[in-house]
Amino acid sequence: MRGFQRPVAIVASASFETPAEPARNEVEMLLPVIQKAMGEAGLTQQDVGFTVSGSSDYLQGFPFAFVGALDAVGAWPPIRESHLEMDGAFALAEAIAVLQHDNIDTALVYAFARPSRGELDRTLALQLDPYTVAPLNPDARGLAGLQAQAMRDSGRYADVPDVPPTYVADGATAVVLAVGDRARELTATPAWITGIDHRIEAPALGVRDLTTSVSAKRAAEHAGAAGADAAWLHTPYPHQELLLREALGLGDRPVHCAAGPMMVGGLERFAAAARAVAAGEVTKALAHATSGPCLQQNVVGVLEGGK
Amino acid sequence: MTDDVLSAPHLVEYTYTRSTGPVIGTFLTGLRDKEIVGIRGADGRVIVPAIDYDPVTSEDLSEYVPVADTGVVTTWSWNDKPAKGQPLDKPFAWALVKLDGADVAFLAAVDAGSPDAISTGAKVKARWRDERVGSITDLVCFEVTQ
Repeated sequence: MRGFQRPVAIVASASFETPAEPARNEVEMLLPVIQKAMGEAGLTQQDVGFTVSGSSDYLQGFPFAFVGALDAVGAWPPIRESHLEMDGAFALAEAIAVLQHDNIDTALVYAFARPSRGELDRTLALQLDPYTVAPLNPDARGLAGLQAQAMRDSGRYADVPDVPPTYVADGATAVVLAVGDRARELTATPAWITGIDHRIEAPALGVRDLTTSVSAKRAAEHAGAAGADAAWLHTPYPHQELLLREALGLGDRPVHCAAGPMMVGGLERFAAAARAVAAGEVTKALAHATSGPCLQQNVVGVLEGGK
Repeated sequence: MTDDVLSAPHLVEYTYTRSTGPVIGTFLTGLRDKEIVGIRGADGRVIVPAIDYDPVTSEDLSEYVPVADTGVVTTWSWNDKPAKGQPLDKPFAWALVKLDGADVAFLAAVDAGSPDAISTGAKVKARWRDERVGSITDLVCFEVTQ
């Protein structure tokens, strides 16, 4: 998706990450992050046309847990709102589609998670095929290990790193989006999202080529990512940097990799890329996020500076 | 009036029937009889476990293909600390196993004893549960045969 009728920019963002939040619940953790991003943009919730979040109810352990997070936003009088059981970067992609409506010109996107309270490796197994995979309770690290070994066996990669324990951190990220002139009003340095695309591969690990990422490559092509100066990659495990570098044809261009908190790390990569664009450090940035085992789902965005 | 209290039975029940559908159901039923059933994909590949829709074209699939309970490891990782609910309670390998007669591998545990005893390309054979119920866990794990 690119060549938008209504150009969309990231105008503000805020993030918080800690190894294990000891006391505050998800809403309490999220509230200051949203307030900071909204404050930076000079907006209140009543100014926002569309609100969308990414999180996992499995991490909180009860259905519709994400609804409780709306307490951090203030959903009265009623707001227009949506949620994805995915990384917040996929929620950002939804917001951009919604912002193509001509009656909405701002959106708030946020993601949050507090996986330190449970066993993340086991919780993630609940996302897998309920009949042929989930009953085995495979740990996320073990599945990532299958990908790393397949990369070693392929002979295409030098020095594939060992898979460390699954990264666990608590945190939240909030991003404020605005369209065209509204974005120019809200900030002197909008980071325009000139393209964004997300693709998904089959859930069965055996039918995919685990040594590459067809979906990331295709998303990058459709987002118009060729020629980006630098990339912000969401890599839950270190070997995925090598894989994505190759799949996205990044050569030796600078890449900034991070895992980040589950469900948050991808949106945080978009926010980090936007900060670099706003600061004039790069003119065209590629931002990437993933969800699912072994890079099953990927979203790629292109961010550019200028008026 | 107190003699006329209205009453009605109150039955708490779960009124849904969860079905695995014809294709996954055929695969799971096969396991009960120590048979592993794949399905032919749109490109001719034999996919195990059998799945309802082609992973690339999304076409309905219907041609079942029985495969062997022996095969090869196509990739693996070592699990030092088995967790509750995993196939074995001692260290084992997670592996993608491509069964003889199949073109696509699937996730299983391999009881290899040590990481030195497993490698990509290792030949394996299924270890079945004695009392099988038509679940993926009827297949306890695989053992390395050479």
